[in-house]
Amino acid sequence: MRFALAAGDLVAQFKLNFINGDRWKWILQGLLATLEITAVALVIGIVIGVIVAAVRSSYDKNKESMKVRGGIGYALLSAANAVCKVYLTIIRGTPSVVQLLICYFIIFSSWENGVPVAMISFGINSGAYVAEIFRSGIMSVDEGQFEASRSLGFGYLPTMRYVIVPQAFKAVLPALGNEFIVLIKETSIAGYVGIMDLTKAGDLIRGRTFSAFMPLIAVALIYLCLVLLLTWLLGKLERRLRKNER
Amino acid sequence: MNADDVLLKVVNLKKHYNNGAVKALDGVNCEIRAGEVVVIIGPSGCGKSTFLRSLNLLEMPTSGEIYFEGDMITDPKIDINLHRQKIGMVFQQFNLFNNLNILRNITLAPMKLLKQSQQEATKNAMELLARVGLADKANHYPSQLSGGQTQRIAIVRALAMKPDVMLFDEPTSALDPEMVGEVLEVMKELARSGMTMVVVTHEMGFAREVGSRVLFMEGGVIVEQNEPNAFFAAPQSQRARDFLSKVL
Repeated sequence: MRFALAAGDLVAQFKLNFINGDRWKWILQGLLATLEITAVALVIGIVIGVIVAAVRSSYDKNKESMKVRGGIGYALLSAANAVCKVYLTIIRGTPSVVQLLICYFIIFSSWENGVPVAMISFGINSGAYVAEIFRSGIMSVDEGQFEASRSLGFGYLPTMRYVIVPQAFKAVLPALGNEFIVLIKETSIAGYVGIMDLTKAGDLIRGRTFSAFMPLIAVALIYLCLVLLLTWLLGKLERRLRKNER
Repeated sequence: MNADDVLLKVVNLKKHYNNGAVKALDGVNCEIRAGEVVVIIGPSGCGKSTFLRSLNLLEMPTSGEIYFEGDMITDPKIDINLHRQKIGMVFQQFNLFNNLNILRNITLAPMKLLKQSQQEATKNAMELLARVGLADKANHYPSQLSGGQTQRIAIVRALAMKPDVMLFDEPTSALDPEMVGEVLEVMKELARSGMTMVVVTHEMGFAREVGSRVLFMEGGVIVEQNEPNAFFAAPQSQRARDFLSKVL
C-alpha cells in the first residue's frame, strides 16, 4: 500500500518529485499563476458584480416611479437591466470550463497567452455570482431603511451610499467570501487552455515522475492553505464590522 | 386664517392598485394649515397610512394633486428631495439607520443635505437629544435601545432637518404598552411648541387631547372631519359611530 510508505521512502519520493530537476519551481510557478489569475478575476468579478447589481436593483426599486416620469432614463435603465439578465442567464447556465474554452478558442483566439484569457473568463464568470450576491444583500436591507433615508430628502444614490450598501455589504460578506473560495479552486481548470497553474504543475510532475501521491497531495494542501488563509482574513473582517454595530 | 397658511393641499388624490381593482385612496381632498395637529383615524385598510405616505410621495398617487407650500409636488418635473427636507416623517417601525450610531443617525442628513458643519450638526443633535431625555445615548447603536427610546430618537432625527411639517405613521403601534406614554409625551410637547403635525394613530386619547382636527377615513375617502371634542362627542356619520363604538 502507498500509505504504508516508510519514512525513507517518503524522503526519496519528495526528492524525486520536487528536488530533482528543480521541479519545486513548477509548483511555485503554478501557484503564482493561480494567484495572479484569481486576483485579477476577483477584481473583474467585483467590478462587473457591482455594476450589474446596481443596475438590477435600481431597476427594481425605481421602475415604478421612473415609468411615471418616462423619458430616456427609464428606457436606458430597462435596456441595461435586460442586458444584465441575459448575461446572468448565460453565465450561470453554462459550465465555466466551457466558457473558458469558448473564450480561448473562439473569442480571444488570436491571443497567444492563455493567462489573460483565463483572467477575463473567470472574472466574467465570477461577476455573475457576485452580482447576485450583492443584489440579494441590497434586497435584504429592510425597505424601511430606504424609506427613512428618502423621507429625509436623500436621493436614490446617496441613500445607497450612506445607508443601504454599508448594511448590505455586512450581510453578504460570508456569501462573498464563499464565492472567492470557489473562485480560487475554479481556476484549477486553467490547464484546459494550456496554462500551467498550480493544478497543472502538480499533474505535470506526476506525468514526469509516474508518482501521483506526492505532487497531487502537495497541490491539495497548498489549495487548502490558501482557502484557510482567506477564511481567516474574512472572519477577522466580519468580526470587525460586527463590532461597531452591537 | 388666510390661504397663505395652507401648508399642504390635497386635491382629488387617488391611489389605485391592479389597474383600479383596489382603490386605496379614492378621491381625497383636504387642506392642512400651519400649526394644526391633524389626527387621521379609521379602521385598518381605510387608506390612512397610504394617504399619509402620499404627502411626501413615498407612495406615488395614481392621480390627483398635492401642493406643499404652494408648489405642486406631484408634478413629475419637481425635485421631490428638496421638498422632503421640509417634511419630517416618523415611521411605525422607527427605521433608524442600523449601520450608524445615534448621533450619526441624527446628523447625517443635516450635514449632507443642509451642509451644516459637524460641530453645528452635533450641537443641534445634542440639544434635541437632551429635549427627549436621551443625551446619554448619543454613541449607542439603534439595536442597543428600547423601542420607546428608538422612536423618540427617530422623532429627533426628523426634527434635526427643521421641517415645516411632521408626518407620523402610527408611531406607537409597534411599541410595548409601557413605552407608548414616553413617545406620546414627546409628540405632545412638539404639538405645544407649534409644530404642524399630521398623525395617523389609534391613540384616541392623543387625538382628543392635542388634535386640532380629526379626519375619519374609510374606503379611501375622508368620511368626516371635525374638531376632536365635537367629533368624539357626536360623530355625524354612521360609519364613524360604528368605528368609535369598537375602539372606545
